[in-house]
Amino acid sequence: MRKSKGLKKGTLPVYIILWIASILSIFPFYWMFVMATQPSAAYNSIPPTLLPGDQLVNNFMKVLDTIPFFQAMWNTILLCTTVTLAVLLISSLAGFAFAKFEFPGKNFFFILILLTMVIPPQLGLIPQFYLVSQLGWLDTLLGAGVLFLLNPLGIFLMRQYISESVPDELMEAAKLDGCSNFRIFRSIVLPIIKPAFATLGIIVFTLVWGEFLWQFTVLRDPASYTLQVALASLNNAFRVDFGMLLSGVFWATVPLIIIFLIFNRWFISSITEGSIK
Amino acid sequence: MENVQKRQHASKVKKSTTQMSEKKKDMLSGYLYIAPFFIIFGIIGLYPAVFSIVLAFQDWNGLGEMDFVGLNNFVVVLQDPLFWKSLYNTVIIGLMGTAPQLIVGIILAYFLNMAVIRFTNFFRVTIFMPYITSMVAVALVFGVFFSSSETALANYVIGLFGVDPVSWKTSEWGAKIAISLMVFWRWVGYNTIIYLAGLQSIPKDLYEAATIDGAGKVQQFLHITIPMLKPFIILTVFMSTVGALQLFAEPAVFLGSSAFNRDEAMTVVMYLYRDAFNLGSFGTASATAVLLLIIIVGAAALNTWLTSGVGRKQKRRAFTK
Repeated sequence: MRKSKGLKKGTLPVYIILWIASILSIFPFYWMFVMATQPSAAYNSIPPTLLPGDQLVNNFMKVLDTIPFFQAMWNTILLCTTVTLAVLLISSLAGFAFAKFEFPGKNFFFILILLTMVIPPQLGLIPQFYLVSQLGWLDTLLGAGVLFLLNPLGIFLMRQYISESVPDELMEAAKLDGCSNFRIFRSIVLPIIKPAFATLGIIVFTLVWGEFLWQFTVLRDPASYTLQVALASLNNAFRVDFGMLLSGVFWATVPLIIIFLIFNRWFISSITEGSIK
Repeated sequence: MENVQKRQHASKVKKSTTQMSEKKKDMLSGYLYIAPFFIIFGIIGLYPAVFSIVLAFQDWNGLGEMDFVGLNNFVVVLQDPLFWKSLYNTVIIGLMGTAPQLIVGIILAYFLNMAVIRFTNFFRVTIFMPYITSMVAVALVFGVFFSSSETALANYVIGLFGVDPVSWKTSEWGAKIAISLMVFWRWVGYNTIIYLAGLQSIPKDLYEAATIDGAGKVQQFLHITIPMLKPFIILTVFMSTVGALQLFAEPAVFLGSSAFNRDEAMTVVMYLYRDAFNLGSFGTASATAVLLLIIIVGAAALNTWLTSGVGRKQKRRAFTK
């Protein structure tokens, strides 16, 4: 009895700090929503406006007049999905090879992958831009996506997961039954590594969704804009309509927040698995 | 008898040849399966990296002939005050945006890991939520919050503490503070999650033994928690250092159309981008890219060395005792 009372007393400051941290983390989301429902002038009011207004639809209409919002949303979803599927395939194949096969130069190649993680992406920016422009891929999703196919972390994760969770005996047995290596990959490895796919898939999807520098460099035609580039362009006008601006940000952020709230456990564990293993 | 032996021998030979071909098949499969990655790596990773280093010694605008100019590009960049200003900005924003984040991250993780605290999943989700927001979205929301107008919400908030309004986007420290804050806000939850995973990996009996030995909570934190968290601290310091030196989206989007015309918040990557795509000088931009590579590798090595030194000193002291 005394003990539980004492604990409660001691934990009050901890709860206060955690609540402050939570509120500070959420407030910008709430405020973004409030501003997305207010006329631009509400921004100048003192004391500040902290309750939603009635301009939700109007502000979004203005967004639609300024940028091709739905086109950009579609481009982003298409880009993220394609890149994610491609990275999953490339990484799981290579991870499978590094986990289960012996071949000369294996260690050399693996260290090479380690090194590619250290090269900052900006080092190659100019030649990459030049390459993509020579291929005629500027203003295309192909050009915007090709850079993200290079994902050394994915190979690490897959190699780790496959060597831990695919038993050698199972592979031996399948081989005795005359399975080809690719058949083993398709019917044995793929079903086992689904959880690793979820982890890597979340990492890649959110990475491509939020990346800016490369998409901003390659996509200059509004029809090819992804959400990030389109949103950034909202801020370039001489006089920015804040209600309209934050309405755009709000509607572009909502889908990912909903996905996050549903799958938050997966998201959070993808961080620890992606960085610690 | 002979027949049987022959047959046995034959089957042995057959077995070994099939084993050989099995081995070869595995080898082929190995190469085949890693090939997609390395083909892509060669084209869009290795080739551009090498090309960049070559370009750093050329004069080129992307269209005409390349001219070899030796170290001239490096001289031009290193003599440009704007390069040094952008490096200074990057380091200051990096320090202000990441150092407090690591400390707050450890404290929050420590609280979230306390057995007596409830609703930890709620706190975890809310504190992590900023991380899933894109950098552009964060920069735009903070851009309105820290707008240059006197009635900006940020000015109202500091007004409550009696501070005069700041012109956030056009003043030397205003821009840096606003950008550091958005970096802090977006990443603190991410680091908290990593530290939390670290805390959960510390065996509980260490604390029990320390409690029996009469160590207080603060002593336990300093002598058990921090040393045991060391690999996680090294990891986050490394990632923060590398990330901070590559800062681009936050300042570029925060400042909008004036981003590349002002110097209060120009970062090294913005300087590089401006050289290449606004001024069409691929040579000097590549020289900046090479300098940035050297800076990143140097800073990451230095910080990793410093953070891994923290515990080593203590160990040595304990040893000499």
